[in-house]
Amino acid sequence: MLILECPYCGVKAEETELAAGGEAHLKRYGPGSSDDEFHDYLFMRENPKGVHFERWRHANGCGKWFHAARCTMTLEVFGTYTAQTSVPTQEILDKIAAKRPGWTWREFADGKK
Amino acid sequence: MSKAVSVLNGARFSGLATVEDAGLQGMITLRGDLGSKALKAAVKAATGAGVPAQGSISVAENGAAAWMSPDELLLLVPYEDAVAKTAEVAEALKGEHALAVNVSDARAFFRLSGEGAREVLGKVSPVDFDAAAFKPGQFRRSRLAQVAGAFWLNEDGSFYIVCFRSVGEYVFKLLSAGAHPQSKVGVY
Repeated sequence: MLILECPYCGVKAEETELAAGGEAHLKRYGPGSSDDEFHDYLFMRENPKGVHFERWRHANGCGKWFHAARCTMTLEVFGTYTAQTSVPTQEILDKIAAKRPGWTWREFADGKK
Repeated sequence: MSKAVSVLNGARFSGLATVEDAGLQGMITLRGDLGSKALKAAVKAATGAGVPAQGSISVAENGAAAWMSPDELLLLVPYEDAVAKTAEVAEALKGEHALAVNVSDARAFFRLSGEGAREVLGKVSPVDFDAAAFKPGQFRRSRLAQVAGAFWLNEDGSFYIVCFRSVGEYVFKLLSAGAHPQSKVGVY
């Protein structure tokens, strides 16, 4: 059972109270972008065994969207953070680096800001 | 005008705990900046209660204010006053980025009391109801089996439960089944 702490209402919510919103930090490509960019934006998703960033919604609760960083293999949660950002907080990045040296995920990686 | 009745018109079930339709209750959904002075004053004027802290409910003599989300409150007022109070709140918040709506008739309201209250609610909701974890005055929006619901704990150990009126009968039957006399688990 996955338990995430909602950063908006401070509630430790378990999976059934939340709705999964897919991958986090997608960069959107719309009109004016190339076909390849649009294709990648629409279809190409990360499917890592390890560190992953996701969007979640506290559906049966405050109803707010938030971000979560977790490990898909162990279900370890590194932290949750606000939805109003395009990069994870430094605190969470440091925490992941300490526990999973050498990790990478899209443009984020160990030691990179 | 037709006579207003609550969703199950006073239905009641006694088992491990007592489940009862708590009757008509005026409820106003208020969204806005919870830190703003005008909103605080409007909440105080409408309910007599202050703006509650995160995850709690502040209760006054004739009303209450419950924390629903970082920008939403649920104001409880007497049923007859709901329409007038909604207009008052809306008037007081003119010019602010805020919205007040009377949702009294869109909601069902239940009271769950007795020894087994924590256990009965614990069976249908993914919330820790241990006495050390869920204290009087705490307010929580969560899930009641398959539907959304909210509840808070009173000083006397009873819970008030709010859900959508359209699922009121479901919630009553759900709680009644959870309170079946032969279904004691004995966790809390």
